[in-house]
Amino acid sequence: MLFITPAAAEGAAQAAQTVVKKGEMLSAGTAFVDSLLGYLVVFIGLTLLMLVIMLVGKIMVASAKKKVTKVVETAVPAVPAHPAAPAVKKELAPGSAGDIKLYDTDPRDAAMIMAIVANKLGKPLNELRFISIREVK
Amino acid sequence: MNIFESLGKLVNESGFAMMMTGDGWKNLVMILIACVLLYLGIKKQYEPLLMVGIAMGCLLANASALGGFSNALYHQELWDSFLNESSEYYHDYGHILAQGGLIDILYIGVKAGVYPCLIFIGIGAMTDFGPLISNPTSLLLGAAAQFGVFLAFFGATFLGFNGNEAASIGIIGGADGPTAILTTTKLAPHLLGPIAVAAYSYMALIPMIQPPLMMALTTKKERAVKMEQLRQVSKTEKILFPIVVAIFVILLLPSTAPLIGCLMFGNLLKETGVTERLSDVAQNALMNIVTLFLGISVGATMVGSNFLNWETIWIVVLGLVAFGCSTIGGLLVGKLMYKLSGGKINPLIGSAGVSAVPMAARVSQKVGQKENPSNFLLMHAMGPNVAGVIGSAIAAGFLMSMFGG
Repeated sequence: MLFITPAAAEGAAQAAQTVVKKGEMLSAGTAFVDSLLGYLVVFIGLTLLMLVIMLVGKIMVASAKKKVTKVVETAVPAVPAHPAAPAVKKELAPGSAGDIKLYDTDPRDAAMIMAIVANKLGKPLNELRFISIREVK
Repeated sequence: MNIFESLGKLVNESGFAMMMTGDGWKNLVMILIACVLLYLGIKKQYEPLLMVGIAMGCLLANASALGGFSNALYHQELWDSFLNESSEYYHDYGHILAQGGLIDILYIGVKAGVYPCLIFIGIGAMTDFGPLISNPTSLLLGAAAQFGVFLAFFGATFLGFNGNEAASIGIIGGADGPTAILTTTKLAPHLLGPIAVAAYSYMALIPMIQPPLMMALTTKKERAVKMEQLRQVSKTEKILFPIVVAIFVILLLPSTAPLIGCLMFGNLLKETGVTERLSDVAQNALMNIVTLFLGISVGATMVGSNFLNWETIWIVVLGLVAFGCSTIGGLLVGKLMYKLSGGKINPLIGSAGVSAVPMAARVSQKVGQKENPSNFLLMHAMGPNVAGVIGSAIAAGFLMSMFGG
């Protein structure tokens, strides 16, 4: 429940008569320059941000590649040597993120493991990316 | 007092009687407008989470205003004196708390710029910036799609709006409700009602506004372009992104701090993986509570005396121009990128740069798939879409720093 005296209500109503508008009228030239400047600021700001994100991305990709190379280098001796097969570029299945590396793992077991992981995570298989599966001995 | 006198007093003090006196008819018209907005929100599902709140706020404010000053839930007079430099209650929240109704008190959160920022924390916690990180050139589309903001700003000055008002009208083209509300609250609070309604209505109408422009500005060949799969983004990159963006953008344009800071804070909560509870609260409970308060208090500013004028009509027209031109800006830069990339980028993703996450990205996907049913543009369009959020925040920051005084 509000208790407002008639005088207070009248005072507030009088205040309401004053239109509350801040800001100056702009000439066409000033408005045009402001518009252009604003658009430029947005473009320059986002372009610089794009460069920063690209730089961070490059650093991250490079460091990830280094890690993968290290892992492969340590893993290669454990894999029995096979005669080099001629490299045939396979067509990827639609939605596939690429091949998975299997170390001492049967493809059938790998398929089961991937299905179980997807089920446990509650995510569709095509939203997950498996890089490699290795049997822990 | 006998029973007839009592009944007579009740009848004379009722809202129905007040409707027939003075400016009472304006409140009646606003109640009808509120009913139309309720229909659009409930039946047509135009941004229902906010539209229903805005419409109900409008209805409550106007219906209770007919019951006299002491019964009103929202008092426009109190806020006019709050904003009037010559008033003894200038910027006096105590006066609002002492004299105000429920919606006046809720509106303090809008006036202080609290709700839009809290909503941005929630949006950040719900947004996956992965597509943007994997394809940073999306940021150019997000920038291009701010074209309508500045064109509408320019147009508004021609129609007699002052700098602050023109800036608030222009930001409708950013297609970002909280950004439009924050900018208007800071620059032209007397226009908050019409600008909020225009912004949210046009965001809801994106599936109708954008496709004709997309079809008109792109060729069949361009629309059918299939884009390459995006690279995988590591968790570390996703954690670094909000930190880098917050530091970089806020240092570049400090006036973006409330919006970009909160957006990136929310996103950091999501990506760290160690603040899951906070991320959950930001995405759900906090977001819902703030949306409730924001909708009803913004709707309450639509009182008849403020809303029923030519300014409102111009705002609605300029808002549509801003939306359309932002879409065109994004599409044109999308076409440029199509040419420069040798046809690898589908220009349709440019229209998603207008923010309005994820509606604009869905429209790109839908139009692209119509041309080529095996085309999946959604994830590619999400990049410019979230870039648009950052772009509109920067545009708002620029306008606030220019006209905020």
